[in-house]
Amino acid sequence: MASYLLRRIGETLVTLLLVTLLVFCLTRLTGDPTTLLLGPEASEEARDYFRHHNNLDRSLVVQYVTYLEHAVAGDFGTSFRLNEPAIKVVFEALGPTLKLAGLGMLLSILIGMPLGIWAAASRSPVIKRIVNWYASLGEALPPFWSGLTLVMLFALWLPIFPTSGYGALQYYALPALTLAISTSASIAGLAAANVAEALKSDFIHLERVLGLSQRQILLKHALRNAALPIVTYIGLQFGLILGGAVVTERVFAWPGIGQRVVDAILERDYPVVQTVVLVTALLFMLINLLVDILYMVLDPRLRA
Amino acid sequence: MALVEVRDLCVEFGSVERPVQAVSHVDLTIENGEIVGIAGESGSGKTTLCAALIHALPRTARVSGEVTFDNRSILTMSPRELRKLRGREISMILQNPMTSLDPLFTIGNQMGEVLSARGTAARALRAREIELLRSVHLTAPEARLRQYPHELSGGMRQRILIAMASATAPKLLLADEPTTALDATIQEEILVLFREIRDRFGTAIAIVTHDLGVIRRICDRVIIMYAGRIVEEGPVEEIFGAPRHPYTRALLASIPVLDDDRVVIQAIPGQVPNLAELGNFCPFAQRCPMVIDRCRGESPPANLSAARHRTFCWRAGEAA
Amino acid sequence: MTAEVRAKPPGATVRWPRWRARGEADFPVVAAICCALLAVAALFGPLLAPYAKDAVDLSASLSPPFWQAGGSTKHLLGTDQLGRDILSRLIAGARVSLATATAAVAISGLFGVIAGLVAGYIGGVLEAVVMRLVDAFLSLPFILLALALVATLGSGFGNIILVMVIANWARYARLVRSEVIGIKQRDYVTLARIAGVGPIRIMLRHVLPNALNSVVVLAILDVGRAIILESSLSFLGVGIQPPDVSWGLMLADGRTFLGFAWWLTTLPGLAIVIAVLCFNSLGRWLRIRLDPRGQL
Repeated sequence: MASYLLRRIGETLVTLLLVTLLVFCLTRLTGDPTTLLLGPEASEEARDYFRHHNNLDRSLVVQYVTYLEHAVAGDFGTSFRLNEPAIKVVFEALGPTLKLAGLGMLLSILIGMPLGIWAAASRSPVIKRIVNWYASLGEALPPFWSGLTLVMLFALWLPIFPTSGYGALQYYALPALTLAISTSASIAGLAAANVAEALKSDFIHLERVLGLSQRQILLKHALRNAALPIVTYIGLQFGLILGGAVVTERVFAWPGIGQRVVDAILERDYPVVQTVVLVTALLFMLINLLVDILYMVLDPRLRA
Repeated sequence: MALVEVRDLCVEFGSVERPVQAVSHVDLTIENGEIVGIAGESGSGKTTLCAALIHALPRTARVSGEVTFDNRSILTMSPRELRKLRGREISMILQNPMTSLDPLFTIGNQMGEVLSARGTAARALRAREIELLRSVHLTAPEARLRQYPHELSGGMRQRILIAMASATAPKLLLADEPTTALDATIQEEILVLFREIRDRFGTAIAIVTHDLGVIRRICDRVIIMYAGRIVEEGPVEEIFGAPRHPYTRALLASIPVLDDDRVVIQAIPGQVPNLAELGNFCPFAQRCPMVIDRCRGESPPANLSAARHRTFCWRAGEAA
Repeated sequence: MTAEVRAKPPGATVRWPRWRARGEADFPVVAAICCALLAVAALFGPLLAPYAKDAVDLSASLSPPFWQAGGSTKHLLGTDQLGRDILSRLIAGARVSLATATAAVAISGLFGVIAGLVAGYIGGVLEAVVMRLVDAFLSLPFILLALALVATLGSGFGNIILVMVIANWARYARLVRSEVIGIKQRDYVTLARIAGVGPIRIMLRHVLPNALNSVVVLAILDVGRAIILESSLSFLGVGIQPPDVSWGLMLADGRTFLGFAWWLTTLPGLAIVIAVLCFNSLGRWLRIRLDPRGQL
């Protein structure tokens, strides 16, 4: 098992390296940000200085290598726009996103899991049908639409929540709910399918015949056996929300990574874009690694 | 009063207009402490019959008739009463030991579950589990408790399942093909276990199997099923020594025999009838070497020849 | 009365039979109708729309759909702030969104399948490199990657397709590669290899067709995702640009009037949801048809 972990960590590092290369190439492809950032009136001198100061006049390979050198030492460059270390900019934005993602994920699990388990255990085809519809519908709802509709309903027509912004708990409500709508639907669908499948197992049949209570069979045995794909999905989604809640953050003016990166892209602020993508990718890979470890904890057959 | 009495049991599946009759009009009894074999080929209804005894049929099944256990009606019991009965007075072992245990939990955990559901106090669990594992002749019981199912062989798992099933000294133990998935050497040991359970607790055991050898080795009585009906039943020595139903005879004749160094197999010609097309006629008529017109027009009733030896054939006992 | 002996023994019926719900393999009627409507809108759009998509009519600005007070049957689904007919714009948007999504999926599928096929069949270092690349692409959220690419390549119809292709090929590569690994070990492939058939031929004739089933299902389900991605990008302003119409763009336009002109945002959103649901239904139906035992 230790060798497996080592191999996975190795793979993760290689992938991380590739990601940095990828992002580096992407951001450099558009050309010089100098004009954009300094404005067209800036003198030639100022531009040269800027370019030289930010290494933009060296070859791409040199730029990349320099970048890596600095990165290993913890220096991810300085934001062109804000003149602060890029990493600081990203970490400041990470906080709000993590909180939102966390709350959104929590809501999704609290809504989705019980629904899915209920649908799997229920004999009523009506319940199963309803949960299935919910699962399909949630996946088809684009977050910007569900977000806007929620704002329309619960912030404008019924002024319960604020329309946007960041602050106390009520500001979290609508954005988290927006995230939760799609994710809880997928979780419900996954849970329903996998728990239903687990309930057909031979050992479940035996447990019933030996007189164990339905509750114990369902919540202990069926759920544990169905857990793996659900856990994978939750991990995946969490990683995606961290970097991908761009649209939701835009709709609610949430000062998170999503907002930050869109601004940075539009402003050609390379260091920030690179750092955001790097951090997101790293978090994502870490989560994947954690999920793999969790797999081994949950399923003893994988430990051999 | 017999331990189990079954009256006119019918189990069907599928559409109401054209049902598949898995079990038709079965009557039988099981006495306390006897080991009964239920034999037949695939599709004979033996597994369905076994499941009906504990009312563990799939939801799509339609059941009619009576199943009485210890003077209580199984088929009309409430789910709560049924749950109290299961695992306590009636226990069951399923067909495949490789899939009968939850792969994610230790043996000790799963045994503990069943035991505490049946009233064993938490403090006494471990000791009781070890005791049970010893009773089924498992080595190193303490180590076994900490192991997971995939770390154990099929034979070991089957013993654990038997231990779990016999933990409460049930009055009836149902075993569905208990040795089919096991090596021949292990089979014998498992059968010995069954006999020990009967001797120690007075448990009646119903063994469903297609392996006549198993029946011969430990059963007192055997019920031969065909196309959902009982065709013959009686004490093992009589059935094997002097079978009175053409199907039983053909079945016994089809056991492969070594003739010098050739293996002789005598198959039964024809096919099992479509279970959706049964009616008031003998289901074996199509393939029977002794068939007469009456067989095709009327279902044969029980022909009682000796104590508890019934044959459902118009020509029961006649020479071929 | 003789019992007829059938050719197939009914052994299976005695074990717990799985009677499939009757409608499971039937494509839901509603979804089929919607799919047809979408196809019609996409193909014959300009002919069917009552107005041109950018026909401005300020006198009819912000009129609600016909069933609400203030609406009229002249503009069935209402108008936006410039008086443009919503229904016509929805139809035009259908064209753009569906074209973009299907093109993106088709092309990314093509690249991804080739990459996965080669990686899976040839294996070795090539496979390792391709799969690390795949992992790298997949570790970035779809939209983040798309945004970064848009910043590089610009927006607009063609670029959006390119962006989505780059962001999406990896999923196909991963799927196909894992399928290929399974197929590679099957007997007919081994036989072909022994018989001296060249690797490209084996890949194209034996391996690929068997892997295609799951690819097709993935592709159809992917169209839904692509529609959402394109509308998200358009919503953010970096996707389809005016004067082209996209449902996402309509939503962005209508956002300012969220409180009182609900139809400006709700209707395009509904269009997206319905389109995605249709494709998802189609994909699920196909999955059941192609693989009823659920091994996909």
